[in-house]
Amino acid sequence: MTFLIQQLLLYAVPLMIVALAGVFAERSGIINLALEGIMIFGAFVGVLFVRAMAETEVFSAAKSAGNYLTLQGLEVLAMLLSAAMGALFSLLLSFASINLRADQTIGGTALNLMAPALVLFLVRILANQNTLFSVDAASWFMIKKTTLGYDRKADLGFLGNTFVDKSYIATYICIVLFIVLSVILYKTRFGLRLRSCGENPQAADSLGINVYRMRYAGTTISGALAGMGGFVYALTTANCTANGDVAGFGFLALAVMIFGNWKPLNIALASLLFGLFKCIAATYTSIDINGDGHFWLVDIGVSPHLYRMLPYLITLLVLAFTSKKSRAPKAEGIPYDKGSR
Amino acid sequence: MKGFFQKEGTVKLLSSLLSILTGLVVGGILVLIVGIFSKNISLSGAWEGVRLIFAGILSTGRDAAGALTWGFNPANVGNMLFRATPLIMTGLSVAVAFKTGLFNIGAPGQYLMGTLGSLMVALSIPAGTLPRGLIWLLAFLCGCLAGALWGAIPGLVKALLNINEVLACIMTNWIAANLVTWAFDVSNLKNVVENTKTGYIYKSSYGLVNGQYVADQGVSTAKLGLDRLFPGSQVNAGILIAVLAAVAVYILMNKTTLGYELKACGANRHAARYAGIRDKRNIVLSMAIAGVLSAAGASLYYLSGNTEFFWTTYQSLPGEGFNGIPVALLAMNNPIGVVFAGIFMAMLNIVGLQLTKLTAYNEFITDVIIAVIVYLSAFSLVIRMLLTRRRHREAPPAQAQAKPPEGAENAKGGDET
Repeated sequence: MTFLIQQLLLYAVPLMIVALAGVFAERSGIINLALEGIMIFGAFVGVLFVRAMAETEVFSAAKSAGNYLTLQGLEVLAMLLSAAMGALFSLLLSFASINLRADQTIGGTALNLMAPALVLFLVRILANQNTLFSVDAASWFMIKKTTLGYDRKADLGFLGNTFVDKSYIATYICIVLFIVLSVILYKTRFGLRLRSCGENPQAADSLGINVYRMRYAGTTISGALAGMGGFVYALTTANCTANGDVAGFGFLALAVMIFGNWKPLNIALASLLFGLFKCIAATYTSIDINGDGHFWLVDIGVSPHLYRMLPYLITLLVLAFTSKKSRAPKAEGIPYDKGSR
Repeated sequence: MKGFFQKEGTVKLLSSLLSILTGLVVGGILVLIVGIFSKNISLSGAWEGVRLIFAGILSTGRDAAGALTWGFNPANVGNMLFRATPLIMTGLSVAVAFKTGLFNIGAPGQYLMGTLGSLMVALSIPAGTLPRGLIWLLAFLCGCLAGALWGAIPGLVKALLNINEVLACIMTNWIAANLVTWAFDVSNLKNVVENTKTGYIYKSSYGLVNGQYVADQGVSTAKLGLDRLFPGSQVNAGILIAVLAAVAVYILMNKTTLGYELKACGANRHAARYAGIRDKRNIVLSMAIAGVLSAAGASLYYLSGNTEFFWTTYQSLPGEGFNGIPVALLAMNNPIGVVFAGIFMAMLNIVGLQLTKLTAYNEFITDVIIAVIVYLSAFSLVIRMLLTRRRHREAPPAQAQAKPPEGAENAKGGDET
C-alpha cells in the first residue's frame, strides 16, 4: 500500500501541476496544446542543469559532506530554471496567438513538434546518444530515512514511511504551488481579471483590463508550470533523464483538465485517478496491495499491453461520459481583436 | 504579370515558399550557433552543415580529400520519392479533415492501424494460394479498412458526444500504438530468420511456405522501371498511386456533392445543417476518409517489400503520421499542393540522413526546420496580409486610393476572425 501511494503521488503530482498549467492558459482564453512540448523542453533544461552541476562535482562534494540542504537546493534551482525556460518557450505560442492572432491549435502543434526535435538535436550533439542523463541524480535528490538522520531500518509509522521516506521535495513544492495558484486564480483581483479574459474579453476590455497582457500572463504562467512539471516528471518517474519524450503526459494533463472541468479541486481529484492508471501501467509488477506478498495485478494474468493502454482508453471513455456536462471557458481559442468589440 | 501576382493562389504559394525559406534559414542559423559553441565541430564543419541543409539532396558524399562533392544522386532522389509516398498520403488525410473543419492529429494512429491491417494480411496468406498481385491488393484494402475504422472513432465521438477531436485523436493514437504492439507481440510474424535484428517483423517480401517464412516469396509493390531510373534506391510505383490519390481527393473535394457538403461543414457546421446537410454523418465520413488515406500511406510504405516494421512501438508514434500536418499546412490543404509539399518534406528527410552520415550533426535538425514551418503556417494569414499590403504599396497611387466596395471589406474582416 505504501509503495502504491508513493508511486501514485509521483505520477499524479506532475499531472496535476501540468493540468493547472492548462487551466491558466485556457482561463485566459488561449488553448495551450503545447503542454507536451513545453514539458519536454523543461525536462531537458532541468536535466541539463543537473548534469552540468554533476560535472562540476558540486554534487559529489555535497553528497560526501552529507550536505543534503545543498542537494535539495540544487533540485529547487533546477525546477526554477526549467520553469523559467518553459515560460520563455511558451512565449512563442503567446506571440503567435495573441499578437499575430494565429490558429492556436496549429501554433501549439508546432511547439509540440519543435520541442522534441530541438531537444533530440541538442542531446545527440551533447551526449552522442538519444538520452541525456546524469548518473544517480535521482537518488541523490531522493529524501531517505538516512537523509533525516534516522537509521536505515527505523520505522517512521505509516505516514512517515509513506510521505517522508523515499520522497522528493519537488512533489511537495508542486502541491503547495498548486494550492497557492488555485487561490490566486479564484480569490485575487488578478485571478478574476484573468478568468474574465477567457469568458468575455470584450467586456473585460471595456472595463479597462488589458486583455493582451492578461493572456500573456496566463500563457506564461502556464509555460512555467508545464516546464517545471516536465522536469519533475523526468526527475521522479524517468530517473532524471531527457530523451525528447514524456509519453503523452502533456496530453493526458489536457484530458485531466477537461475532465476536471477547468476547476482546480476537480483537477486534483482527476489527476489522482489518471495518475493511478498511469502508475499501474508502469509498476503493476511490483504492486502488492494488501501486503501478503502476492502481486495481484500480475496474478490475474492480464497482458501488460492492456495496462499500458488503460490510461488512454479510460481517458477516452471518461471524456465520452462527462463531455455533456463539461463547460469550457467561453472565449478560449478565439483570438482577441480589439476592432471587433 | 501583375495579374499573376494578384491571384490568391500565387499569394498562397509565395507565403508557403517564404515559410520554407525561413525554416531553412533558422535551421542553418541553429547549425552555425551549435557549430560555434561546440568543441567537436569546427567552423568549416558548421559551414558544411549549412550547405547540406540547403542542398543536401544533391550531395554525393565526400571525395578522397574529404571535401563534400555535389551532383545528381539517383539513389537520393529515388529514396526521396519513396519516402514522399506515405507523407503525401498522410498529408492528404490531414488536408481532407481540415477542409471539414477537423484537425486530424490522429494520422499516426491511423497509420499504425494501416500497418497492422496490411502486414497481418500480407504475411498470413500462405504464398502460392493466391496470385501475388491479389494478395497485395487484399492487404492494401485491409489496411485501408483498418484505417477507416480507426479514423471513424474520433469522428463518432466528435459528432455524437461533442468531444474535441484533437484530444480524441491523441488518445486513439496511443491506444493504437499499444494495440499494434500487442497484436504483433502475440502473432508469429516476428522476424526470427534474420536473427541479427530483434524487434522487427518480417518484410512483406517474405512469404509463408509450409509454415516457414522464406525470403522473396511474399508480395512487394511493382517497380514499373522506376528502379532503373533511380538505381540504388527503394523507389516503387507507390509514389504514382499517391499522386493518383491526390488527384482523386482533388476531384472528390472540388467536383462532387459529397466534397461540397464536407467543405460546407468545415466552413460553418451550423449553417450547413440549416441548409439540410447532415453534419454529423459528414464529420464521421470525413474522419473515415482521412483514416483511409493515412492507412493507405502506411500500406504503401510497408508493402513495398524492402521496409521493415519495428513492432514495439508503444512508446513512440510514427513520424510519418505527424508530418502529415506540416505537409497539409504547407500545401494550404490543396490536394495537388500536398504532392509537392510531401516531396519537399521527404527531401528534408534525405537531407537529415546526409547530415548524419557526413557531418557531426544529426537528422533531428530537419524536424526543427519542419516545426518552424508549421509555426509559420499558423500565422500564414498574417504573412499573406503582409504580402498583399506590399503589393498595394507598389500599386500606382490612383489605384491605391480607389476604395473597395463596403461589402468586400466586411467579408474580409469576417474571414479573419
